[in-house]
Amino acid sequence: MYKHSVELDVMKCTGCTTCLRHCPTEAIRIRDGRAVINEDRCIDCGECIRVCPNNAKKAMCSKFEHYQDYKWKIALPAPSLYGQFDNLEDVDTVLQGLLDIGFDDVFEVAKAAEYVTEYTRLYLKTEGIKKPVISSACPVVVRLISLRYPYLRDNLMPILPPLEIAAKMARKKAKEEHPELNDEDIGLFFISPCPGKVSYIRNGFGDYKSEIDVVVSLKDIYFKLIGVMKKDNSPDIASETGMIGVGWASSGGESSAILNDDYLAADGIENVNKVLDAIENGNIPQLEFVELNACTGGCVGGVMTIENPFIARTRLHSVRRYLPVSVNRLPKDMHFIPDDILSYELPEYTPVTRLSKSFSESMRMMAQIQDIRATLPGIDCGACGSPTCKAFAEDIVRGQADISLCRVMNCSPKGETENDS
Amino acid sequence: MSESLTFHFDVDGEDFTSAGQASVQVKKNLRRLGISPEIIRQVSIAMYEGEINMVIHAGGGTADVIVSEDKIEIILADKGPGIADVNLAMQEGYSTATDQVRSLGFGAGMGLPNMKRYTDEMIIDSVVGEGTTIRMVVNL
Repeated sequence: MYKHSVELDVMKCTGCTTCLRHCPTEAIRIRDGRAVINEDRCIDCGECIRVCPNNAKKAMCSKFEHYQDYKWKIALPAPSLYGQFDNLEDVDTVLQGLLDIGFDDVFEVAKAAEYVTEYTRLYLKTEGIKKPVISSACPVVVRLISLRYPYLRDNLMPILPPLEIAAKMARKKAKEEHPELNDEDIGLFFISPCPGKVSYIRNGFGDYKSEIDVVVSLKDIYFKLIGVMKKDNSPDIASETGMIGVGWASSGGESSAILNDDYLAADGIENVNKVLDAIENGNIPQLEFVELNACTGGCVGGVMTIENPFIARTRLHSVRRYLPVSVNRLPKDMHFIPDDILSYELPEYTPVTRLSKSFSESMRMMAQIQDIRATLPGIDCGACGSPTCKAFAEDIVRGQADISLCRVMNCSPKGETENDS
Repeated sequence: MSESLTFHFDVDGEDFTSAGQASVQVKKNLRRLGISPEIIRQVSIAMYEGEINMVIHAGGGTADVIVSEDKIEIILADKGPGIADVNLAMQEGYSTATDQVRSLGFGAGMGLPNMKRYTDEMIIDSVVGEGTTIRMVVNL
């Protein structure tokens, strides 16, 4: 069973239908006045958390203070963290802050991202791969493709995401520098901007299990950091990331770094869906690489960040200004991608919207859905608890709703029928 | 079971920006029926190309997708100008699209050839001045 990371506070949920109407996979229903998430359909994009007017939806994260037993705690900050602070002149200040709040070391995910960039350039030169290559860095996009675009699975880049490579490198570094540490002494803490990455870490990737031990919310860490970060202190720790690594935090950063003009970068879940539809239909220009981010603006738009994604992006521009282009390079004679950072495993394709395992039964149900749909008012008000009249008709046929729930028809006996499929 | 199931769409010729939506809708419906991803892709590409053609050349029309036990039929009908020379129209790269349409990235002359490529059967019935009906079949 897939473990999700979006959680509902039933006390706060008023059943207002806002999340119902915004869910891109129609995974939410309102039942008995509360939102209910269909776990098979949910892709952990966090859209419902973003839109909930009552703050009833939360991403499940761990609290840093509950995991103090690790002898050696390493912070793995997502690059989006650097875009949260006003007037930040130097990334080092943030890294020092992480040490000051109790981490023993810091390993920047942005550093690993620069390696992924290098590997991507190598991978794009591989003969016989399916183009366009689609970035596998956003776990929401990977899950969306595995659930809804099975034909595009082979386009996904089979390289582990930066956070996973950062985890491997951080553990290795800790053991080299501190040979007295055992594996279980080392705690790898990912500072996450979004619930998508939380779910990815909890579930792994096909058979692959994540190397991260604890996921903490960027928001939580932010509030701890602003208490300790001081400009005038000279940090003992120096960032090991260039412009490229920091650039991964916002949409277009990953793809522009491949140094090839034939790329596309789309962000926001609706746009991602449109681009995937276009690729599937063969209706896009010849492209080498496609970067897709479920959140508007890229990772800086994650629901566990503080700052508006556009402001964060602008801040990152000034943080990046005096950085070298890239600090982490592969050796020049390296022409292959090592096995331990490749990931061939993808979640199994599951036809989650299939009506029935039997084709004839599905046909019969679909006919019924069309009939019921034709009698519904067609205003998609959501009052019945389903996102659209069409979804409501389907819920009725699936036995998950009753037609008496339609408030509109029950008010006016002469419900206008509308004809569309 | 019911013999067959029909999904009907009106393809709006006035609104170029909405072209391609019926194809997305068909895709969703076919997924609900548990049709394999490869077949869904064939049908949605054929639909998509057909829809675009109707919008570019014929001012819109209708699309019917009929699913039965052994096949999916796509019937695209319009009251446009008709196709003067079907063989010529079937050639890759041949297009009568206007420069304006081409500037939007369409009109590459691949529509009809793609429709044929992705379906098992395609019959074009066209009368100049009256319209075109295209019937395509994808076997299940």
